[in-house]
Amino acid sequence: MSQEWPLWEVFIRSKTGLDHKHVGSLHAADAAMAMENARDVYTRRMEGVSIWVVESKHIHASNPDEADSMYDPANDKVYRHPTFYVLPKEVEYM
Amino acid sequence: MSVNKLNYILQLADNALIIGHRISEWCGHGPILEQDIAITNTALDHLGQARSLFQYAASLYNELPAEERAAIAPNLNIAADQIADEDTFPYHRDAWDFRNVQLLEQDNKDWAYTVARSFFYDQFTVLHYTALRSSTDASVAAIAEKSLKEAKYHLKWSSEWVIRLGDGTEESHARMQEAINELWAYSGELFMASEADTAMLAEGVATALDKIKTDWFTNVYAILSEATLAMPDANAWMHSGGKTGTHTEHMGFILTELQYVQRAYPNMTW
Repeated sequence: MSQEWPLWEVFIRSKTGLDHKHVGSLHAADAAMAMENARDVYTRRMEGVSIWVVESKHIHASNPDEADSMYDPANDKVYRHPTFYVLPKEVEYM
Repeated sequence: MSVNKLNYILQLADNALIIGHRISEWCGHGPILEQDIAITNTALDHLGQARSLFQYAASLYNELPAEERAAIAPNLNIAADQIADEDTFPYHRDAWDFRNVQLLEQDNKDWAYTVARSFFYDQFTVLHYTALRSSTDASVAAIAEKSLKEAKYHLKWSSEWVIRLGDGTEESHARMQEAINELWAYSGELFMASEADTAMLAEGVATALDKIKTDWFTNVYAILSEATLAMPDANAWMHSGGKTGTHTEHMGFILTELQYVQRAYPNMTW
């Protein structure tokens, strides 16, 4: 059995109304400890008003080796941006 | 203004200072990085509370009649006509003038002992600060209000560690139980009223310690039960004397480190 405590990813909401942003990771034995460790490591300078923690093993990440096929094809599809389309004059305040 | 009030505030201030100093000794030595930061944050909370209380103690001292100040000044290692500030009390007194309970000066020893010591104290401060919010002394009430928020988090942290270690492996259970049993005999002093406690209770500044005691036992018992730990004997013999300056051998070692710079270079600042 591994002697290391599991790794957790930490997400902090900096202000009410904003979304939670990934800020880093930490080790903790359980969710309660992960929450407190996150509070002590990542909010000690008033960085946040809400914390999410999730065990890192539950995060499924895309493979960097597949970046070419995953993201490059979007590069020449300008028509996917709304600004590509000319609006009729009647729609004045869009 | 009275010497009793000054002594009462010093009891609170010294408790905060000595527990804060003790657990600050973990800085850089915590079992893991995250807990090292957690316990150091807590140490700073305690030192912050100590600062507020020492500032208040200094103002009380400075308002004392000249003859009463002159009687205390030698203990503070300052001249009779000198004004005290927040550093006077922690850096200039010797062990027998400190009024913290003996529990808080006990050795860190290991994580279980450190957790047990904080657990007994945090259970006390949450109840104590809650009650002191309605103190007739506005400064005491304000400090209690601010400190209570911190104390609640400290209690959450220490309680969860008691449960985690108590209800953990065979070894962690045994070591947590040992720490609880060994430090138990120091918990009773928290509820023993000193002359200053009694005088301030009469003025409505302090709160009745025997009322807090009942809730303390209930709350401690609840956590120990959840941790599958045995509650020590409520009627066991208890150490006392810290509140009136009788300390264990640890106190001198703490002050040696805490006061070194001020003793070596008197009145230096940086």
